[in-house]
Amino acid sequence: MKGPGRMLQLILESILKKPSTVSYPKFKEAPLKSLRGAIAFIPENCIGCKICMKDCPAGAIIITKIGEKVFQAEIDLSKCIYCAQCVDSCPKKALEYTTQFELAALDKNKLKVTTSGKLQTTTQNETPKSE
Amino acid sequence: MPKKVRIPVGPQHPALKEPVSFSLELSGERILEATIRLGYNHRGIEKACEERSYIQDLYLLERICGICSHSHSTCFVQAVEEIAKLEVPKRGLYIRTLIAELERVHSHLLWLGVAGHEIGFDTLLMFTWNDREIVMDLLAETTGNRVNYGINSIGGVRRDITDEQIKKIMKAMDTLEERTKYYIKIATEETTIIQRLSGVGVLSHDDAVKLGAVGPTARASSVDRDVRRDDPYAAYGEIKFKVITDNHNDVYGRTIVRVLELMESYNIIRQLLQNIPAGPIAVKAPRKIPAGEALSRYEAPRGEDVHYVKSNGTENPERVKVRAPTLANIQAVAHMLKDRYLADMPIIIAAIDPCFSCTDRAITVKDLGQKSEGLMQWGDLRKYSIEWYKGKGIDFSNLKKI
Ligand code: SF4
Ligand code: SF4
Repeated sequence: MKGPGRMLQLILESILKKPSTVSYPKFKEAPLKSLRGAIAFIPENCIGCKICMKDCPAGAIIITKIGEKVFQAEIDLSKCIYCAQCVDSCPKKALEYTTQFELAALDKNKLKVTTSGKLQTTTQNETPKSE
Repeated sequence: MPKKVRIPVGPQHPALKEPVSFSLELSGERILEATIRLGYNHRGIEKACEERSYIQDLYLLERICGICSHSHSTCFVQAVEEIAKLEVPKRGLYIRTLIAELERVHSHLLWLGVAGHEIGFDTLLMFTWNDREIVMDLLAETTGNRVNYGINSIGGVRRDITDEQIKKIMKAMDTLEERTKYYIKIATEETTIIQRLSGVGVLSHDDAVKLGAVGPTARASSVDRDVRRDDPYAAYGEIKFKVITDNHNDVYGRTIVRVLELMESYNIIRQLLQNIPAGPIAVKAPRKIPAGEALSRYEAPRGEDVHYVKSNGTENPERVKVRAPTLANIQAVAHMLKDRYLADMPIIIAAIDPCFSCTDRAITVKDLGQKSEGLMQWGDLRKYSIEWYKGKGIDFSNLKKI
């Protein structure tokens, strides 16, 4: 078909099509399982070797010793580039990536997530939500 | 004869997406001479690489470009693997090649949309960018991210591909092929497109060779050059594909080359997925890379990308040099602009698919009033800038020293 006729077919197709986008935040598509989102720290596994700190391209993770064989991780979400290299580098599987991606915050301090392994209790800053 | 005027376009200009400066000498609407100045986007990445380990550099170099990020990271790891004499497992190479081709597909679709936008054909932009989402989703699913995939590691790749993903990619290729056939039809039949793009930005075969053009820009001037075939890397040695060339020598030719390359990419992706061998995806790489040097070439969507790496036996490279394809093509742009109308400028520039921040590797700051050139140390430069701002009534001297 030539000219306007060809257009007609496209117009009809487009009218019947649903929009390609969803109306966020009312509707949320589930994140892909493979998505590299925020990094989670599992204090029980950590041996404090600090290889993750050494390999992190963004200097976003700081491991500190807070007690005998107890370690704390501070991950700066504003520096992290979500490459998950720390997860690959960790010899003890003390880090893993989650699919959490809604990490925006108005207060920069909320972007520092500290996880410490004291007496099996985990204190984690409230996950920053968009305000 | 109308009077000659010289107008600056950029470094900040509404028509430009990145800072670059064009100085155009015009006679009426006609461009007599175009001078290009780069350097506004210099980020010091090469120097930063020397201060970081090979593992960190991988992610840094990936961020040279948001569109051909895999190109830069692959080009770099290839060089490092050559120095360290690492044999990447076949499956790893296949996955690397797969991501490379998916990246080419998304980049070419993106370009097609941008080109449509530059000539006022925004419907094409909407169409191609909608289709591009299919590829972006595939990339996100296989690598974990839509851009800056982080799939490479020194010695292989970081994520394996599942049978389910293979099936999904195969299916997506059918959809995309269908769509691309439609774009080929548009590009070859639609008179408005043909007339708008024909004869614009002419670059003859000899000029393309002389000015060192690369990628689709060169291939549209019948320069039969493609690193994938001429110097096969990754899995390209085992794949059959055609190198697309065209003899239109203009923006129209560059469009044809890119849409036909899309079809070749689908063909390559299918072959890769059908023949992907089982086995490991990576070998373990040492942290310290033995002393040596290597040059690596890679056919990025925009043309040949070159990385040079020199190691000295430590964990950090001694030197990393990057030559992005846009740098090779930029001289051709100055040539193509000559004797064209000002209104053709956006599409001529867009036709090489430029990426200026990838290109900027060095800056020279010149004081045009002074004849002599001199080197300024960091401290002197700092002092000079503080004094200069003081003259303007702003005092920076209390700022923390960096
Ligand atoms: S690499 Fe793993 S074990 Fe070592 S300090 Fe980091 S989190 Fe702990
Ligand atoms: S994901 Fe990457 S940037 Fe973020 S903490 Fe881990 S290594 Fe650092």
